[in-house]
Amino acid sequence: MTKKITSLVRVACISAGIWMTSITGLFAEEEPAPAPAPEPTIEQRVAGLEAYMNNLDPAGSKVTAIAGPGHNAWLMTSAALVLFMTLPGLALFYGGLVRSKNILSVMAQCMGITGLVAILWYTFGYSLVFGANFASPFLGGSENFFFKGVDSAPNTSYCYWISENVFAIFQLMFAIITPALIIGAIAERMKFSAIMLFVTLWMFVVYFPLAHMIWGSTGYMNGVWNADAAIPAIDFAGGTVVHMSSGWSALVLCILLGKRLGFGHTPMAPHSMVLCMVGTGMLYVGWYGFNAGSALAADGIASNAFTTTTLAAAVASFVWAGLEWLLRGKASILGFCSGIVAGLVVITPAAGYVTATGSVIIGVLAGAIPFIACTKIKHLFGYDDALDTFGVHAVGGTLGALLTGILADPSVNANLISEGYAAKNGLKALVESGTVWTAQLKAMGFTIVLSVVATIVITFIVKALVGLRPTPEVEQQGLDIVEHGERGYEHHS
Amino acid sequence: MKKIEAIIKPFKLEEVKSGLHEIGVEGMTVTEVKGFGRQKGHTEIYRGSEYTVDFLPKVKLEIVVPDDKLDLVLKTITANAKTGKIGDGKVFVMNVEQAIRIRTDESGEKAV
Repeated sequence: MTKKITSLVRVACISAGIWMTSITGLFAEEEPAPAPAPEPTIEQRVAGLEAYMNNLDPAGSKVTAIAGPGHNAWLMTSAALVLFMTLPGLALFYGGLVRSKNILSVMAQCMGITGLVAILWYTFGYSLVFGANFASPFLGGSENFFFKGVDSAPNTSYCYWISENVFAIFQLMFAIITPALIIGAIAERMKFSAIMLFVTLWMFVVYFPLAHMIWGSTGYMNGVWNADAAIPAIDFAGGTVVHMSSGWSALVLCILLGKRLGFGHTPMAPHSMVLCMVGTGMLYVGWYGFNAGSALAADGIASNAFTTTTLAAAVASFVWAGLEWLLRGKASILGFCSGIVAGLVVITPAAGYVTATGSVIIGVLAGAIPFIACTKIKHLFGYDDALDTFGVHAVGGTLGALLTGILADPSVNANLISEGYAAKNGLKALVESGTVWTAQLKAMGFTIVLSVVATIVITFIVKALVGLRPTPEVEQQGLDIVEHGERGYEHHS
Repeated sequence: MKKIEAIIKPFKLEEVKSGLHEIGVEGMTVTEVKGFGRQKGHTEIYRGSEYTVDFLPKVKLEIVVPDDKLDLVLKTITANAKTGKIGDGKVFVMNVEQAIRIRTDESGEKAV
């Protein structure tokens, strides 16, 4: 009985298939129906399993168009880890650094961005980044709008063993945390409505195009995976796309927005270093998904990224707090936290391309240069980058993109010298002559110009439509109670 | 009857309390307070931004004692709260006109 139903279903499917083919045939050129593929030989089937072990194409075997269990499990775990970075990692890291009257505003902004970006991603974003039918180096395509065709089968343009829906959700988490980083610079003084509108426009103008350019299969600056990339730059997990774009945009936005009321003469000390430290720990742990997950497989490149991520963050933390100790006699919790985040930011573009020793060098510089940016340069210029998005993410991201070009090592990641892509777009030649940093400089310049110009335009649009700042009374009272109708802490039992 | 208000360093509270307990003081009221005296505040630095914190956390003890116990209680408080460093705090003594134990309506020194 069951067999009968099964065969009926099969017949129905086949006839539907034939019908579909004939419909398509009306629009396409007349082609004879392809002969059914012959049963793969035992060698081909074994080769498919070897391809799973080596993260290669299993074409011709019996394991095509299915997710590989190990790789897929790691990417689901990684996606969850990256979400954990925003909720609650970043929300606590930033939340602890504001005054207690504004903690909920930071949390609401993180959560608002999570929901908003998920909707944008499902509707258009994923397709604009990872689609291909625009055949453009600057934007993906329209074929995956509303997650059309995004199912559990892998999209082999990007990975052979990860379900496309898992890949899409993993990438969504990056799209969420990037605009959430910006709110650090403008904390305590921007209207919720203005932030939501800003983020919506910013995603379409900055993030989606930039992510396509760096990671899309037809991307302008995708040195590792696009044989036609005009700029053969490399960015393993988002130094340019995530940290430079958010950091430079944050600087522009915080200058256009103006300083917080009372900046410079009212105390604005962090209200809870405990929450800040808890959030930092979550960011550190979550970053394994961000960096090691960006290998898009549970393979040797992921293992390398896992190692370099650990080392760079630990070293940078120690260096940042050590510098404080040397210069002021005290190692602070905020120093350790800032060093961890800076180390993670700087290793992000490099994680899958540099050796363990390379990551230690990166850690030392990540502890020192953003330290100077946050403690000296900011005070020199006097802009109110409230929680140091620019000092950590823009300075760190820019430093990381450059160091990746200097320290990238093909013994760690053979994709840097692949015949299929890197040899064709010139990356291989740059690697061999030790000049990848020239391509990195071009990608960095492009990212900065796009982020700065777009943010200026978007900010004026948002200002004209909804206004940027709350009234001085609201700012004085704190955003929590007025904008969200809630209080972070009850001061009675 | 005298009321003693002692403002002391928070970490000294436990020693002062035990000392008072040993000499038979049966009750006290403790409040967490903030203030400054000659110690002034301190400076906190967050990523290079300096903030001066004027008000430091202290603990305020309020104790009412019969007149004849006053000197002993004061000695016990100062001996136990002393570190010898600036910021040890202050003790104030004032007269109390009346005291009533609510449960029994006893009044005067019996109620203390």
